[in-house]
Amino acid sequence: MSTVAATQELRRLNAEQAATKKTVFGFWVYLMTDCVLFASLFATYAVLRNNTFGGPSGRQLFDLPNVLVETLILLTSSFTCGIAMLAAQRRNRQATLAWFGITFLLGLAFLALELTEFRHLVHDGNSWRRSGFLSAFFTLVATHGLHISIGLLWMVVLLVKTIRRGFSDSLLKRLQLLSMFWHFLDVIWIFIFTVVYLMGAIPV
Amino acid sequence: MGLFAGVLGRLSWSALPHAPITIGGAILMVLLGLAVAGLLTYTKRWKWLYREWLTAQDPKKIGVMYLIVAGLMLLRGFADVLMMRAQQATSVGSSHGVVSADTFQQVFSAHGTIMIFFVAMGLMFGLINLVVPLLIGARDVAFPFLNAASFWLFVAGMLLINLSLGIGEFSAAGWLAYPPLSELRYSPGVGVDYWIWSLQIAGAGSLLAGVNFLVTILKMRAPGMTLMKMPVFVWSVLITMIMVIFAFPILTATLSLLALDRTLGMHFFTAGQGGNAMMYVNLIWAWGHPEVYILVLRAFGIYSEIVATFSRKRLFGYSSMVWALASIAFLSFVVWLHHFFTMGAGADVNAFFGITTMIIGIPTGVKIFNWLFTMFRGRIKFASPMIWFMGFVFLFTIGGMTGVMLAVPAIDYQVHNSLFLVAHFHNMIIAGVVFGFFAGVTYWFPKIFGFRLHDGLGKIAAWCWIVGFVLAFWPLYILGLMGATRRLDHYDASTGWQPLFIVAGIGAVVVGIGVFFQVLQVVVSIWQRNERRDLTGDPWNGRTLEWSTASPAPIYNFAVIPKVSERDAFWVAKQRGDKPERPEYEDITLPKNTPLGMVIAGFALIFGFAVVWHIWWLVLLGFVGIVTTIIIRANDEDTEYTLTAREVEKLENQAAKKRRQYA
Repeated sequence: MSTVAATQELRRLNAEQAATKKTVFGFWVYLMTDCVLFASLFATYAVLRNNTFGGPSGRQLFDLPNVLVETLILLTSSFTCGIAMLAAQRRNRQATLAWFGITFLLGLAFLALELTEFRHLVHDGNSWRRSGFLSAFFTLVATHGLHISIGLLWMVVLLVKTIRRGFSDSLLKRLQLLSMFWHFLDVIWIFIFTVVYLMGAIPV
Repeated sequence: MGLFAGVLGRLSWSALPHAPITIGGAILMVLLGLAVAGLLTYTKRWKWLYREWLTAQDPKKIGVMYLIVAGLMLLRGFADVLMMRAQQATSVGSSHGVVSADTFQQVFSAHGTIMIFFVAMGLMFGLINLVVPLLIGARDVAFPFLNAASFWLFVAGMLLINLSLGIGEFSAAGWLAYPPLSELRYSPGVGVDYWIWSLQIAGAGSLLAGVNFLVTILKMRAPGMTLMKMPVFVWSVLITMIMVIFAFPILTATLSLLALDRTLGMHFFTAGQGGNAMMYVNLIWAWGHPEVYILVLRAFGIYSEIVATFSRKRLFGYSSMVWALASIAFLSFVVWLHHFFTMGAGADVNAFFGITTMIIGIPTGVKIFNWLFTMFRGRIKFASPMIWFMGFVFLFTIGGMTGVMLAVPAIDYQVHNSLFLVAHFHNMIIAGVVFGFFAGVTYWFPKIFGFRLHDGLGKIAAWCWIVGFVLAFWPLYILGLMGATRRLDHYDASTGWQPLFIVAGIGAVVVGIGVFFQVLQVVVSIWQRNERRDLTGDPWNGRTLEWSTASPAPIYNFAVIPKVSERDAFWVAKQRGDKPERPEYEDITLPKNTPLGMVIAGFALIFGFAVVWHIWWLVLLGFVGIVTTIIIRANDEDTEYTLTAREVEKLENQAAKKRRQYA
């Protein structure tokens, strides 16, 4: 390789690295905006949590063992997502697919449990129409669930891409963004678990 | 009909307009649209429009499109002004004015909504698209595709809010749609839904643009340009973008909650069932107060550039300017309660927010004095941007002082919800934001289009605006003190208010003459463009990097990325007498044009329209469309092209040759 070509190649690599850094930073900023969105919903929930309008309160509704299982599933999925990223950085396709596959299934299980909880509540006549408290509860928890669904869809798209085209720099970058997103949702869930379920179910 | 009820949701023939004014407005809009389409077909420009503009990723072109859309919306918002002023000047005693009470409510709601979201925001985002990359010596924004998508989401929101004129109705709940009035029970029509979803879509665009420009400024500055060497306008944009990032998600959340109340029967802000309407007012102002500063801080940045350039002096007190911006930004998040002192939060809470509000006067005062000291002993050139600036200093200071008055809770109890308040915030937004924008566009126009605007006509326009503003709003201060509440569609003759309302109406007409001169200014300047060419790239003897490249700026902004060692980098280089060396060109990578940003926004428009009318299958279609388009885009690996160094050289030589032809 001539020196000119080598310099050009070096320049291209530098530009690519800078572009990745830019994207990752931009994604961090996006996550912060999402954080403010959740903060608004948490604030709303905090204001409305006692406005049950004669209906049931959190203490009567929440099924803590179920929520604990949900929490453990989501935490585990964050762990498997981390392992998947380690495999991706080694460009080990089999392991990446396997670990992301497990992450996906755990996410799906979490979503299924959440929907079951919602269905029971609605079935017992405690839907979001019942009171300000239930409106705030459903909105906060379902917004998180919606984010999880988007994360799952994103995972499918990236996994299909990994299977069809193999690793590339841009794919690695996207997997990295996805894993950031997934861990972020985990953190949000910790807050939901604490503020909504624990503080709601346990008398203070 | 039964079938249609299922397929088309709430939509039926009765959605077409009934009131003569709305019918007229809708027909006018349709005719204008047809005229433009006809002209494009006649001149065979469709392909050109699509290739050169609609699919463009170049922030300069996106900026121009922002300005066109916002300019059109300015005319629409101004039509509302004329209606309101005509109504209030004539609707007294036994006369009931030109429009019905219901139409009047729609008109003032439309005026506020359109002026803030689709004029002020559009103008400001347009201007930063045009010049921020140039000011920091960059070739593009951080995420060009995202930028195009932001713009098109803004357009989609604009289209949706204007659709309500022809199909359905405009919201009659004011520009911020306070519940319980905006709840389904009291506003059962589609107006509020239109309002929610058009702001939601446009707001998403603003939020994405905020992320984009934050990353652009932090990561793409020319080598050597440290943060404290950035032009103050760039600082103002950086700080504004941080505010957008913190404030706009609150708007998204708040609008969503109102939408959930209206669409799914939730109880966030309803009067019964455990809802809390005051929570809406808190949330909307937690976004809304920062929003005001999001608009005005960028105008402060523009004034800072203009004053320094036209006074031929360094900006006085650079670092105090930056710190003033930062502290205003911080304070703007801790004053929101002053919008509703009368809520009854108690004396202590009101006192806290009253004091934080008054403190904002300090950094703002610092800025005013810095501008005045910059002018002091400068060699001032009174070009039209300076006229706008001086009108701003005078009027904005008055607005600031009435603002401090309003910040005293005891005074606020007397004048809240009165025309005094209306006069105050127009003092801030027109004299601050709008004048700043006009000054900025006049200043940077040659950099984008390659020729200067007619200065004389610009000055006449500026004077019309200043005089018209005084006539239109000073009577409102007096009326407010006399007890006239805002949003009045009719009042009693014994109040004695009519003469002052007539003066205000005359003021609006004078501003209208100013608008006429601005349109004339643009037309005349385009007509005489060959005599008005800017051949040097530096028409004002400027100080910052954008003037070091040619006018109009090439698509890649800078053939060679400039190196910066000091503030006012270009000015310093000129003073040192640096001769441009023979440039060493390099390969430049640029984004390819793509329609996908527009497609995403198109599906968002469909989505919004369908939610408003409860056409659920169409909602699904819109949503799936958005997601699919994003996936398609994400899988496209071929999104950039490269201009080789030789091609860049060729383009530079061609541009230079063209300039010599005009000389």
